[in-house]
Order: sequence, then structure tokens, then C-alpha cells
Amino acid sequence: MAAATGEALLEVKGLGKRFGGFVALEGIDLTIAKGERLGLIGPNGSGKSTLVNCLCGTLHNETGSVTFEGKPLNGLIAHERTHLGLARSFQLPKPFHSMSLVDNLRIPLLYTVNARPHHHLTDAAMAARCAELLKDVGLADKARRRPRDLTQVEMRKLELARAVATEPTLLFADEAMAGLSHSEIEEILAVLLRLNQQGITIVLIEHIMSAVMSFSTRLVVLVAGHKIADGPPQESIRNPEVEKAYLGE
Amino acid sequence: MRLPAFWLCAIAVGAAFIVLTRVLVANEYFYFAGYVVLQYIVLSEAWNILGGYTGYTNFGTGAFFAMGAYSSVVLHKLPAALHGAFGWTVLPVPLPLMILVGGIVSGIVGLGTGYLSLRLRGIFFAIATLALAIVVQTLITNWDFVGGSRGIYIIRPALAPISGTYIQYLFSLMTVLAVGTVGIARSIEGSRLGLGFASIRDDELAAEASGVPTLRLKLIATTLSGALMGMAGAPLPYYVTYLDPTSSFNLAYAVNAVAMPVIGGMTSWVGPVIGAILLGTIQQVATVTISSALNLLIVGLLLIFFVIIAPNGLIGLVQSWRRLKET
Repeated sequence: MAAATGEALLEVKGLGKRFGGFVALEGIDLTIAKGERLGLIGPNGSGKSTLVNCLCGTLHNETGSVTFEGKPLNGLIAHERTHLGLARSFQLPKPFHSMSLVDNLRIPLLYTVNARPHHHLTDAAMAARCAELLKDVGLADKARRRPRDLTQVEMRKLELARAVATEPTLLFADEAMAGLSHSEIEEILAVLLRLNQQGITIVLIEHIMSAVMSFSTRLVVLVAGHKIADGPPQESIRNPEVEKAYLGE
Repeated sequence: MRLPAFWLCAIAVGAAFIVLTRVLVANEYFYFAGYVVLQYIVLSEAWNILGGYTGYTNFGTGAFFAMGAYSSVVLHKLPAALHGAFGWTVLPVPLPLMILVGGIVSGIVGLGTGYLSLRLRGIFFAIATLALAIVVQTLITNWDFVGGSRGIYIIRPALAPISGTYIQYLFSLMTVLAVGTVGIARSIEGSRLGLGFASIRDDELAAEASGVPTLRLKLIATTLSGALMGMAGAPLPYYVTYLDPTSSFNLAYAVNAVAMPVIGGMTSWVGPVIGAILLGTIQQVATVTISSALNLLIVGLLLIFFVIIAPNGLIGLVQSWRRLKET
């Protein structure tokens, strides 16, 4: 397992986001250390996905600042953040339906890895990297298939493989296990742990508490757009505010 | 087939087509009808770069096409206008240069349209392009220099720059344009740019998250698509010899440019070519044998048929049949 170094990778200060009159996020402060496995939980509508969307550039936060490896991210659009090393998987898998699995992975290699200075993968190197990525997530035998031929868990794995193909430093796995069976959850967890061992910092946004608790080294809890707990998982879930949010008064 | 080999083959086929038609066909009407079919190959292939590869439906084909045509009118009138105003003697602008200028003008408008409207998606983008066609038509209708609503007569040069009649010359130019457009579409399809376009069509959010600069790519698509449409329109004044806003902005251009790739298949360069040849030829035959008024009806019926029976066009139909055979 990659040990968290304590060195800050991502720093969020006073982040806020509104949709009209609705306050989705307010005053979010968060620091993610290199190599960390952070669990992000909260009831539906608490702002987890909005936070990920703001950090990845899909949405723009109205207040607050975000720095990644010391560089300010405010004003950068999604693909520019991907080029810097932030990657994400989507809550609902969004494969490129018209392409084979290999081409699904070639997109991030062509547009992110090859766009970085001093990086140029040749066609052969790209094919080898695609094969390696598919093997890592157990989809090597389906390389030439289309996403429509995949099962739900395979689709989730493809989603992760595509995010990893950008060679990220920080990966947001947004509900990567939703709707999966126990054994399938174990498969995805194994993939995520392996990625963390390879040095990728992972933020796991999830409702499945057993998965979050076994995966995370730190747990952040959001409720109604506010951070109410941040600390070791066992400590965070015993926080009275968290118990109140999940179990009621 | 590798790209350089494809280009060589396309150029060889185009050259052979021009030479063989000159040798074998004497009937002028063949060239009149063939010009229209070739023009639709360019238009549908150009439309497909934005609509098929990138997934953005453009109903403004008529605007880009007519801008190409009217930029030729301006260049046609320019020598006389400059002579009248300043006494300058300017040589007539050759048609290939007019085609180039038409492409540049429509390409710039495509870039501008893209910049203003590409934040819109789906039906909203389609409506914006339709609005563009109306705006451009209104401007042309009120611009006296190019004939305004009265239209303008264009007298073709007495002699074609190469051997044969002027209509044969136009036919040859349109063949070159069609070969070039098909070559460009084929080059895009297998390239990094083509994969980027396809990722936008499949899922724009996922494309951005994968590092694809979606806005930049969409601007490339609108510019290229607009430029090729403008190039297709540039020789029109010399083909029809009388140009007015009603005919140059005809709905048929927009409808055909959408229908031909849909019928042929939108995910490959082959689809628009098949669609244009099929639909273009049927329309030409219907014009001669029944009435040109039936053309849009034929397109409509075929569109309904294909949307229901083969939504991925003829190419999609063949691909599904092959997959079935394999399994």
C-alpha cells in the first residue's frame, strides 16, 4: 500500500457552489495528502458529486480556491485539469459507445499522456499500454469488444481503466461500486487498492459503508453542502453529527 | 487501406472519371446532372464531419453553401466595380481562386458560429444553425451589390480554361472537390482528430475528463465543415447563371445534406458518398421523368424509411448483417 506522505497534493479552501438559490456547497476546506485513500461519504444531495465536479472542472465553484501540487486550478477547464493529473470516473459509466475498449483507452493516451511535455507514446507503445491497462482490470480478453458487450461490473472497470490511462496523480472514484454484488464490490476494491499501491492518491465517493471503511485511511463526511467530519474512519462515523445525519435525532 | 494509398487511389479514380466521362459521354445533360450529384457528395461529406463524426446536427448548410456562392458573385463583380470606382484594371478572378475564397469565407463564418453556439447542445445547436441560415439570407436579400432579392445574372466566360465546354469544366472542378473532400473525411476518420470527434459524439463530459479539448475540436469541425460547404457553393453562380436568395438558400440543400449521410451511414466516410450518389441520382431521374417538385417528398419518404428500418444507414445495415453472420 502506498503510504500517505503527509505532503499536500490537493488543497481546497472555502469552496462554495450554488445552483440558483440552492446552496450545494459552502465553506469546504479540505487537504488531500499524496498517496492517501480518502473516503467521501454523505447522504444523497449532500454535495459529494458536486464537490468532485467542482474539483475536476466540470462545474465552476463561485467561491474558494483549489490548488493542486501547488498550482491554482481556478479558471482551468476539465481537460486542462486532467492534463495536470486529476482524473475521475463517473457515477453512471460513460464509455465511448462507438469504440472498442482499446480505443476507449487510446483517447486519454492520445489527448492527455501525449499532450504532456516530453511524452510521446508511439503507436506500438500505446497498444502495449492499452493491453496492460485492460489486463490490470481483467478485461484483456475483451479488448476488441464494444462497451455494449460488457456487464455492469466490467463497465465500471473500463471506467476506472480509462481514468487511470490519463496517468493521474489523484483519482476520484465516484460511486464506482453502485449497484454491484458483494463479490463485484470486492473486485473493484482490489483494483482500487492496486492503483493506490502504484502511487495514485484515491478519493472514494461511495454509499457502501463496508467498502468505504475497509478502503479508506481517512473519512470526510458531507451533509447539506457542509463538511461535518474529517478524520480516521472509525472516529468520523462515531461523530454525533454524522450519526444524526444518517440515523436521525 | 493506408492513408497515402487511399489518397493515390482517390486521385486516380477522380482523374479516370474525368477523362472517361469526357471520352464516353457527349450529352451535356449528363454533366449538368452529374455536377449536382458531385456537389451533394461534397455537401454531405462536409455536413458529416460536424454532424456524423462529432454529433452536432447542422441545419445551416444552406447558409454556408450560399456564402460560398455569393463570395463568387462578389469576386465576379469586383473587377468591374473597381474599374468603375477607381479606374483600376483588374483581371477577372479565376474560378479555382473563387472556390478557395468561398471556402475561407464560409470557414470563418463556421468558426464564428461555432464559437457562439457550440456551448449549445443537441436540438438547441440545430436551431441556432437554422437561425444562422435565416440571418444570412436576410443580409443577402438586402445587399444590392450582389443583386438583393432580385437576384443576379452571371455570364459564364465564353471559353472554358481547359478543353471542352464550360459545364464540363465545372463538372471536372466539382469532381476534384469531391475527391478532395472524401480524402479529407477519410483522413480525419482514422486519425487522432477523428477519435477526438467520436469521443465528443459519444459523451462530451467523458471526453473532457479524458483530456480531449472538446471546444477546440468542435471549432475545428465547424470551420472545416463550413469551409467545404462554401467551396461546394462557390461554382454555383456559373452553374445556374442566375442566382437569387430563394434558390441559393433553398431548403433542399439543408435537407439533403442531412438526409444523405443518414441514409448512407454517418460513422464512416463511405456513408455520405453512398447516400449522395443514391439520393442525388434518384432526384435527378425524378426531375427528368416526373417533376423536381417530388424531390423533397422522395427525401422525406426515404428518411422515414431509413430512420425506422436502418437508423445507422446502409453502412450500419451491412455491419449488423456481418456481425450476425459472424455470431
